[in-house]
Amino acid sequence: MEALVAILIGTLAGCGVYLALRSRTFPVVLGLTFLSYAVNLFLLVMGRLTIGKPPIIVEGVADYADPLPQALVLTAIVISFAMTAFVIVLSLKAHLEMGNDHVDGKHKP
Amino acid sequence: MINHIVILPVIWPLLLGALLLLLQKQSLKVLRIASISSVSVLVLLAGWLLSIVNDGEILVYALGNWPPPFGIVLVADRLAAWMLIITALVSLCALLYAVRGTDTMGPHFHVLYQLQLFGLNGAFLTGDLFNLFVFFEILLLASYGLLLHGGGRLRTMAGLHFVIINLVGSTLFLFAVGTLYGLLGTLNMADLAIKVADVASEDIALIRTAGLLLFAVFALKAALLPLYLWLPAAYAHTSAPIAALFAIMTKVGAYSILRIYTLIFGEQAGPIANLIQPWLLPLALATLIAGVLGVLASARLRQQVAYLVVASVGTLLIAFGINTSAGIAAGLYYLPHSTFAAAAFFLLADGIANRRGETSDRFEPGLIMMHQRIVGTLFFIVAVLVAGLPPLSGFVGKFLILQAALSHAALPWIMAIVLITSLFTIIALARSGSLLFYRAQAPQAIHTAMDTHVQPGITPDINGLVITACLLALCVALMIWAGAIIEFVQATANQLLQPDDYIQSVLGIEK
Repeated sequence: MEALVAILIGTLAGCGVYLALRSRTFPVVLGLTFLSYAVNLFLLVMGRLTIGKPPIIVEGVADYADPLPQALVLTAIVISFAMTAFVIVLSLKAHLEMGNDHVDGKHKP
Repeated sequence: MINHIVILPVIWPLLLGALLLLLQKQSLKVLRIASISSVSVLVLLAGWLLSIVNDGEILVYALGNWPPPFGIVLVADRLAAWMLIITALVSLCALLYAVRGTDTMGPHFHVLYQLQLFGLNGAFLTGDLFNLFVFFEILLLASYGLLLHGGGRLRTMAGLHFVIINLVGSTLFLFAVGTLYGLLGTLNMADLAIKVADVASEDIALIRTAGLLLFAVFALKAALLPLYLWLPAAYAHTSAPIAALFAIMTKVGAYSILRIYTLIFGEQAGPIANLIQPWLLPLALATLIAGVLGVLASARLRQQVAYLVVASVGTLLIAFGINTSAGIAAGLYYLPHSTFAAAAFFLLADGIANRRGETSDRFEPGLIMMHQRIVGTLFFIVAVLVAGLPPLSGFVGKFLILQAALSHAALPWIMAIVLITSLFTIIALARSGSLLFYRAQAPQAIHTAMDTHVQPGITPDINGLVITACLLALCVALMIWAGAIIEFVQATANQLLQPDDYIQSVLGIEK
């Protein structure tokens, strides 16, 4: 399972980096979204992958899932959600003011 | 008994920001008075906190009374209080400048301003790595709003670059934090400092990776080479009071570098000790060179000031890169000087641009300005400060840095680069000054200059110059009370290099 999740995170991060380096704002926004998905999964996995274990104290249970990464990833999701919304609106504003969606505002044929 | 003063500088701007949001319908005057009095209270709070921690005490505030390392802690030591007072003073001056008209150019200026201070103060006080990330995001989100405040094509584009690069930086920050948590099982900085010292040998490479990834993030915030390219456009195109406030933003990166790499990855980190030392000094020297080359090549005054900020970051991190008690102390003396001087220069550049009408702040001969003598005198003082000429605080700061470098192996490099770049800074500023003031044409058309000045709504009155002069007076104060301040920063540097006190205060244990 670890290998599968690692490949998943790697693919997401790779796609994110590739798209973030594009010259139009829309792929850049998508790339940033992919990067934030990758990092959210990464944070969650840092509590180690466990199945069917309680995150809070239960009578008679010795093994627990780590609850802290879940709290961290929740914060990270909220922040990345807000940031994505902001950057979308900013890209639209840039598109309206510049008349094109190039990140440097250049006119291309 | 928890000492509640530690949380006041964080919670106060947050509450005021929320209150100002409710007061949006009130007249502008009410908003301005509320905003200015809030920042004045912050100055007093920071001064109070500074007087408490001055004797070496480290105040710890456990949020929700969760015992560390399980809950989030706020920690006020000398460094945090020093950063708070600098932030409060700069933000007060910038706000006084902004209420002359900048704040009417878009909605929610004052709310964003308070939230910006909330993020800044939180970042300086927090003792938890993930909480540092959260406060970084708060201050960045507020800074996006402030940077774009007023609108305009160039501002939007510079803002877009600033936002995108900082979003990538946040992602890297989370990867680093996640790696550290996965390996060490804690995010409390004091607890990390203990755990990092006896890490298993197979994890060393991963911890080093996470540590250097964090360094990349902080270098991005601090605008260290090669990650400084976002800064000149963003700072040159935003409104003047915001650029002046942002003079403290690069210092957040410098602060984080100093905090994390003395506390967690410092002398006592066992196999990972002094993690960034091979990187910091060379990069800082290169940043200084790149910044000064930008200063020489600038076509506009605002752009030149933005590159001066890059150069000052280089100088500051050279001091931290020397990594002795004297070096860090020199950096901590140079930090407020460079912040105040850069803020004053941004405000002055705005005053000059408004007075020159159509030529704005481009380096071409223009009309003689209103208040030419006062503006010229202020320009001269700022130039002396920034270039580091005696007798003002810039000289004291650079002298302390060079003195600290005397015992360092890279002394020839530091000496040569700092002195030669200072010379180039003097040349560049002398050229701009003579072009702006001596080659100005006769005032036959001063009324047209008044009609067409670039930012409508802001008249080039004398008040703006008085506020600029206030910032310069702070630099003069740094020079007059240099003895007491150097004693304080020396004590701060010693406190930073002995993190045991910090760790004991937070965790309440003997190491």
